Amino acid sequence: MPGSTVADEIELIGTGRGGGGASSGDDGNAGGGGDDWKDSSGSGVPQRAYVTGMTIALGGVLMFFMALVSAYIVRKDMPNSAWVPFNIPRILWLNTAILIASSFTLARSRSRLLASDDAGFRHWWGVTTILGIFFLIGQVIAWRQLAAAGVFLATNPASSFFYVFTAAHGLHLLGGVLALLYVAFRPTHKLTKSTATEVVSMYWHFMDGLWVFLFLLLLLGR
Amino acid sequence: MSSHAHTGHAVVVEPSGFIRKYIFSIDHKVIGIQYFLLALTAVCVGIVLSLLMRFHLVYPGAHLPFVSGGIMTPEQYMALVTMHGTIMVFFVLTTAPQGGFGNYFLPIQIGAPDMAFPRLNMLSFWVTFLAFVAIIAAFIVPGGAPISGWTGYTPLSGMGEVTGPGEGMGQTLWIVSISLFCLASLLGALNFIATTIDLRAPGMTLFRMPLTVWGWFVTAILGLLAFGVLLAGGILLLLDRSAGTSFFLPAGLVVNDQLQPHSGGSPLLWQHLFWFFGHPEVYIAILPGMGVASHVLSTFARKPVYGYRAMAMAICAIGFLGFMVWGHHMFLSGMSPYSGFAFSVLTMSIGVPSAIKTFNWIGTLWGGKIQFKSPMLFALGFVSLFVSGGLSGLFLAQPAVDNMLHATYYVVAHFHLVMGVAAIFGIFAATYFWYPKMFGRMMSEPLGKLHFWITFAGTYCIFMPMHFVGLAGGIRRYADATGTTYAGVLQPVHVFMTYAAFITAAVQLVFLFNFFWSLKHGAVAGKNPWNATTLEWITDSPPPIDNFGGHYPSVYRGPYEFSVPGYRQDFIPQDLTPEQAALLK
Repeated sequence: MPGSTVADEIELIGTGRGGGGASSGDDGNAGGGGDDWKDSSGSGVPQRAYVTGMTIALGGVLMFFMALVSAYIVRKDMPNSAWVPFNIPRILWLNTAILIASSFTLARSRSRLLASDDAGFRHWWGVTTILGIFFLIGQVIAWRQLAAAGVFLATNPASSFFYVFTAAHGLHLLGGVLALLYVAFRPTHKLTKSTATEVVSMYWHFMDGLWVFLFLLLLLGR
Repeated sequence: MSSHAHTGHAVVVEPSGFIRKYIFSIDHKVIGIQYFLLALTAVCVGIVLSLLMRFHLVYPGAHLPFVSGGIMTPEQYMALVTMHGTIMVFFVLTTAPQGGFGNYFLPIQIGAPDMAFPRLNMLSFWVTFLAFVAIIAAFIVPGGAPISGWTGYTPLSGMGEVTGPGEGMGQTLWIVSISLFCLASLLGALNFIATTIDLRAPGMTLFRMPLTVWGWFVTAILGLLAFGVLLAGGILLLLDRSAGTSFFLPAGLVVNDQLQPHSGGSPLLWQHLFWFFGHPEVYIAILPGMGVASHVLSTFARKPVYGYRAMAMAICAIGFLGFMVWGHHMFLSGMSPYSGFAFSVLTMSIGVPSAIKTFNWIGTLWGGKIQFKSPMLFALGFVSLFVSGGLSGLFLAQPAVDNMLHATYYVVAHFHLVMGVAAIFGIFAATYFWYPKMFGRMMSEPLGKLHFWITFAGTYCIFMPMHFVGLAGGIRRYADATGTTYAGVLQPVHVFMTYAAFITAAVQLVFLFNFFWSLKHGAVAGKNPWNATTLEWITDSPPPIDNFGGHYPSVYRGPYEFSVPGYRQDFIPQDLTPEQAALLK
């Protein structure tokens, strides 16, 4: 409906649609509650939809990784599988510790945000981002160590799966780092700050937990 | 599309400029039509491929001017099989009902202005489009299209050109295309689910949603859980082909006198990953059709859907069971008899919700004032084909019977009836039903009826005899069985099926003509030409950019209040308040 705005808004309010017709501020909390989604922060989409969307997306991501994990389990136990276990690079322990720590700093950052401490939020958000980047650098170092030891993608199925898991997870985590940077540096129009950080946190914690699972699988299941 | 007005309210402004409006649009209605047109293009390609196959089966020695070498080779025939299956399953049966009609009507039917994530929606379509470009490109690269079937079975699909023409670049493009399609479908599924959960109008409870919405919603859940698995398989397969890994390729394979450098992989692993996706995919194709059939039957029988809740729950049950039966595609793989038994029992248990649906469709029709309009005819055709095709599924669900029938035309006949043509009839029903809403004009009824009767009869003429070819031992995927004694005697049946196929394909031109002619010359539809009850019929045809012109509806009743006793009007729209409805008494 190009053009007409005020008249339609009056009608919207008049018909009792959209909860309280007056606009909510930009610092509103996630959800908004009820069916008053037409007026939440300008985009026409309720904040809780982003949380729902991330939950669903993580379901899809989980299926993707579980397909790889089941392939790993089946492939490893094949007769004549040509499976040659190799020693996991030790730096992965450090990387894992870094990633777990990043979840704590992220949780800290979000609690600072909810306490309206913007400086504290930015500080811990930045620390999380840096830890994430360290993790990714650590993973690349692990690859280089393996390559130096003569273990490549096609060397044997154990190494193939190692590279596939770390690369798939690494790409997902890179996405997480980009999301952290985006939220830190760009204003989000449709999402409130609270929702944006909540959605990114969900993703980040999931990738952290997924990594711990994959690490244990590669460590104990080789 | 939405700009942040200074008053703090959402104002949906139609974009100016052709590209933002029609090409890179974020309006779910435009995206829905884009998906539909993509599927229409794909189905034309798919039909031409199937006609070439049918022609070749009957005249294997014919000179074809467009085939390199003049006479079609078995490999070229296999390329037709592969591309027909891939294009039809992915770019028609998945794209049109879900991407097309789901995109267009899910938000409107739940009273929302758009999908939850419009930009993601645009991205889904364009990635799907890229996937289509990639699969079509497989025709023209050196070596041509792949020959490993729409299932891309390893080791054939995993080793490159050594295994045949089309297994080089063509197969790689196939995998890339399917992987892109998976990504796009995941994004689309995410959008559908979030939209259904969070964007419903006030009063639109889950059990007031039209069954079409239930169909799209459950389909999206299946897509979310299934496409990621195929994506994972596709990536591993691509690595096997191009990076020298051995996920799916066993040791000691000698192809064309060359020993292949792989070790210890499992071809069956690919089959498991593929069919874990592949079986839910069957329901991804058919569930939206079930929703449309229920919706249309109710509207044109002027009766509520019989057992609405049971219908919604049956959709969920079919979706749930669909994830536990993939093994029935692999009875011949040497699986343990215990696994075979479990897969068999689970497969047959899908007959229960399917029978509930069929029973309720008939219950909906029972005693109705049936109006035989084109959409109704196609919905009835859907029920017919679903039953005919579904019954043979019970035979194939027995491992012992499947052992004999699996590699024959019996299976081809089964899945073409139950998921292929039934889903296509669902698409046709949806097209005739919603065309007035999408384009503001009616399609021609006489042409629609002509289209229906010839397509309906033609479909049965193609696929019913095909069951008997299969029972008699006609092996599928053979390019030419005329030289064998056991299959040579079946040749007259093949001739009959081929004639039926050409006639059925020709009458689709009537549909195409009707579709494009009616855009300009059809009778003006008005808001609610079918006297239907759901929310898409309370808005203009076609709907304004924000779907409801700013007057978003609230919902006060279920979706199928037809012929309610005591009312002067035989339909009560979902947005009518009790006070407004009382005036109709």
